[in-house]
Amino acid sequence: MVEKARFTRIQELVYQMKTDEVMTRHIVTVTSETFMSELRGILRDNRIAGTPVMSEGQMVGIISVEDFINWLAEGAVGATVAERMTRDVKVIYPDESLVHVVSKLDQYGFGRFPVVEREGGKLLGVITKGDIIEGLLHKLEIGFHEEEMRHYRASHIFEDLIADRTTLIFQYRVIGNNFNKAGSGASRLKKTLGRLGVDPRVLRRIAIIAYEAEMNLVIYTNGGEILAKVESGSITIEARDDGPGIPDVERALTPGYSTAADWVRELGFGAGMGLCNIRECADQMKLDSVVGEGTRLEARISSGVKFK
Amino acid sequence: MKVSEIVQAAGLEVKTATNHLDTEITGGYAGDLLSAVMASAKEGNVWVTWHVHPNIVAVAVLVKLAAIVVVSGRELEEETVRKAEEEGIPILVSRLLTFETVGRLHGLGISGPK
Repeated sequence: MVEKARFTRIQELVYQMKTDEVMTRHIVTVTSETFMSELRGILRDNRIAGTPVMSEGQMVGIISVEDFINWLAEGAVGATVAERMTRDVKVIYPDESLVHVVSKLDQYGFGRFPVVEREGGKLLGVITKGDIIEGLLHKLEIGFHEEEMRHYRASHIFEDLIADRTTLIFQYRVIGNNFNKAGSGASRLKKTLGRLGVDPRVLRRIAIIAYEAEMNLVIYTNGGEILAKVESGSITIEARDDGPGIPDVERALTPGYSTAADWVRELGFGAGMGLCNIRECADQMKLDSVVGEGTRLEARISSGVKFK
Repeated sequence: MKVSEIVQAAGLEVKTATNHLDTEITGGYAGDLLSAVMASAKEGNVWVTWHVHPNIVAVAVLVKLAAIVVVSGRELEEETVRKAEEEGIPILVSRLLTFETVGRLHGLGISGPK
């Protein structure tokens, strides 16, 4: 899973990143009058395998270790770089994506390309396979650190806080009869718990519980609040309101039983499935209601609660 | 199959989150009872619905749907568009009725949640 994510991330980066992000800018150049016998020292001292050849401020060719070896093999007769260099130079523009460069390297079998300005053709630098690999690794490393830091901030919270027992409480106010805002408490709670690193499967169960509880407050009450109590091994969702209360709790728990108004049903709510959904998702559920006073619903998830 | 691929193939109009069409579709769900969608639709599903009110976005976010397909060429509520943009949920509108829309999507190889 992680392997796969990494791989696609690299593919993504290869498309996203541009040549000027990874190319080498401070480059060593030689002139067309440089002797081939001097080339070895220049390449060795700078740890490079090839370099652009300049004449009067213009790039006129490119010379590489391969040219040098061929020159040696042919007897190392005194010659200047101009006589042995490749004149038909393929160039890359700074705004070309890395995927382009990679395919051109493959296509021509070159080890490097000079990077030149699109207009004017001024030499800006050189790009090699090594530059591309280094650039990608660097970018991945940054991403990795950011991710690590984010995880650190949130998910280690229970280890970092020193207490015999730690409970985090998140509270969301719900306005009755307001269908425009409905669901926003559950959405915000889900985001928050996601940042804490709650396991996605648990997150889904909590989201459903919180959403159904929130909708019940919106549909049937004048509003109330949703509370999430997060402990290291369990998460409890509590929904509280001040009325009107449920006359027959047992009936309210029957699938499909609903007292919702027609206009509410037309919106897709009030199908009589809310409390059943909550019960399905929770490990334990408690519902206390007093007509005229209010309702208190508690749903607890204790299985699979992990923070990563 | 990606969300962007069904847009053309099923003749849908992208109304929101045009830069979130790269999600891989895991299956489809059709229905207008929000509780049923919450209970049955799976992550990465496309959801075919008749509703246009803002709460469809909340449902999509909570169960991590890939996209919402609204049928019958219905006009979205303003708040729905705003929320969907904010949450990055693509809403695709179909001119066809539910039955035909689902038929086309199924024909493209999208099946119900497993």
